[in-house]
Amino acid sequence: MPAGFSTLDFYFILPELVLTGGALLLLLLSVTVPKQDGVLLGVTLVTIATTLVAVSAFAGLDETVSRGLLAIDGFAAFFKVLALLSAALTVLMSAPYLRVEGLKAGEYYFLILCATLGMMFMASGLDLITLFIGLETMALSFYVLVGYLKPNPRSNEAAVKYFLLGAFSLGILLYGMSLLYGATGTTSLAGISAALSGQETSAVLVLAVILVGAGMGFKIAAVPFHMWAPDVYEGAPTPVTAFLSVGSKAASFAMLLRIFVEGLPALAEEWKTLFWGLAVVTMTVGNIAALTQSNLKRMLAYSSIAHAGYLLIGVVVGTERGVASMLVYLGVYLFMQLGVFGIVTAMRRGDIIGDELKDLTGLFKRSPVVGFAMLCFMLSLGGIPPTAGFMGKMWLFGAAIDAGEIWLVVIAVLNSAVSAYYYLRVVVFMWINEDEPAGSPIAIGPTMAVALGVALLGTVVLGVYPQALFEYAQSAASTLDGITSSIALR
Amino acid sequence: MAETIVFYTLSVLILGLAILVVTAKNAVHSVVALVMTFLCVAALYVVLEAEFLAVIQILVYAGGIVVLYLFVVMLVNLGRSPEEHQDPRRLSVFGLGLAGAMLLEVAGIVVYSYNRSASTVTAPAAASPVQGNTQELGWLLYTDYLIPFELASVLLLVAMVGAIVLAKRDL
Repeated sequence: MPAGFSTLDFYFILPELVLTGGALLLLLLSVTVPKQDGVLLGVTLVTIATTLVAVSAFAGLDETVSRGLLAIDGFAAFFKVLALLSAALTVLMSAPYLRVEGLKAGEYYFLILCATLGMMFMASGLDLITLFIGLETMALSFYVLVGYLKPNPRSNEAAVKYFLLGAFSLGILLYGMSLLYGATGTTSLAGISAALSGQETSAVLVLAVILVGAGMGFKIAAVPFHMWAPDVYEGAPTPVTAFLSVGSKAASFAMLLRIFVEGLPALAEEWKTLFWGLAVVTMTVGNIAALTQSNLKRMLAYSSIAHAGYLLIGVVVGTERGVASMLVYLGVYLFMQLGVFGIVTAMRRGDIIGDELKDLTGLFKRSPVVGFAMLCFMLSLGGIPPTAGFMGKMWLFGAAIDAGEIWLVVIAVLNSAVSAYYYLRVVVFMWINEDEPAGSPIAIGPTMAVALGVALLGTVVLGVYPQALFEYAQSAASTLDGITSSIALR
Repeated sequence: MAETIVFYTLSVLILGLAILVVTAKNAVHSVVALVMTFLCVAALYVVLEAEFLAVIQILVYAGGIVVLYLFVVMLVNLGRSPEEHQDPRRLSVFGLGLAGAMLLEVAGIVVYSYNRSASTVTAPAAASPVQGNTQELGWLLYTDYLIPFELASVLLLVAMVGAIVLAKRDL
């Protein structure tokens, strides 16, 4: 057996292999089985569940496989679980949506699984090449998924915009990576970190940090790289928007943490300054732009931009506690964001698109349970106790205060106050009861009920009893190499 | 010294042609400038002694991708106004001269760097049991980088499925 190649590597990527196998099976079944929608849904869910089991089988390991290309550690496992959970909830809420829109299910689920596969590699990659190919696999799947509503011009526009800007940002990211490779002679994050330690900061390295930061900033929709988000979120099929705003964002944050915390600790001063600025602008612009939106999906797009701003606080802090609080926030964000988009998806029925704020009028009267769920998600997104969103924010801001980032926290708290206005505005719309033509109750199918139930349960339970998530995130963050538990440099 | 001159000459050519790609009014001119850019990049690879990459660059980019571009340009026929084509031979002499200079340049570089690399062969660190550019690349792809390589195959499958999903009228 030649060096650098071992069958053990294949054992460690078992979850990814299961997922790929399931995706290929779906493609096969979608052309062979008649009356397939239920079968395809079942196969997709079983694949995701099996992958989840395989991921948990490696829990507690801290291995580097395939000559330092992949990490099998707690950090990777945490993000793999996030990716798989968001994929599962997305698939559950997609099933009724695909029926209403009359879309083909096979390729849709295949692309969702492939995007998840890309996310898993972004979480575990320890090498710029692995990370980049993972990112590209995810991005390419999303370009197609965003444009999946072929007869809808808004979906087409969203796909073209996302593709063009995405390709451009990938170019910028690659340019930054190539500068890093040029400066250090290696693509492995550990190698880059070793080559840079003790070396003077040069203009090339600063340029590389800025370019990689900009490329990743596009993926997490940080201002000023956010221009695509509102249009894409609005035009894409609603479940895809949900997956894009949760899965893609979480995986991009994982990759960002890997590159900057593991690969570039020597340049911490530079990238912390960069992300400090990005965090402030992102929070502020996201929240202020969300105030005036009348389309629910557009408003949620700006709100998710603002949440990326809050999450960047964790990157600026950069300590173990900072990263752990980011993981907690991402876990919480998954449930509340997917929940909201689940409800928006459920409002799409017959000839009603249901993504305008005024479509919500009288929701409490029409469907009290859905109205209550929406209330919980909105409170949580606004960070109001006793919901999970409050716990996430408290933990995140606490970590920032701990690291001496007082101003950042002041700005973030002010922003949260602003955000409460537009989240509560949604609730107000649900209470208004004008006799609109949209006044029929919302029918929730069994799969949608499961998805909404899980999201609601997560949002409420994590708000009351967040301890388990805290501990899990803490242990995951501690496995990230190059992480310090001391107070950060700034 | 000579290598530096070659590098900067090529860089100026690449950048100049790349600017031409985005500024040219006629889409066909853009594509031709693009081919030239790709060829110059290939020459850069040769200078770096990455012959395999240079060949692939020419085959895939200058060959395959540009042909696709030309197909698109000709199918779409980007509303060219007929006045622009009153004198088709207006710039032909200039263009021919430029093309000749380019060809000489590239050929010169190839010959030069081929001779140079033959004269100053330095054995690479004995990391892998194979010799030669192409073999080395294959060795790396199938050992160290096997997993990203396999992932790239999934990536290509996604691209293929995506293209079919988007292009087929009613799937």
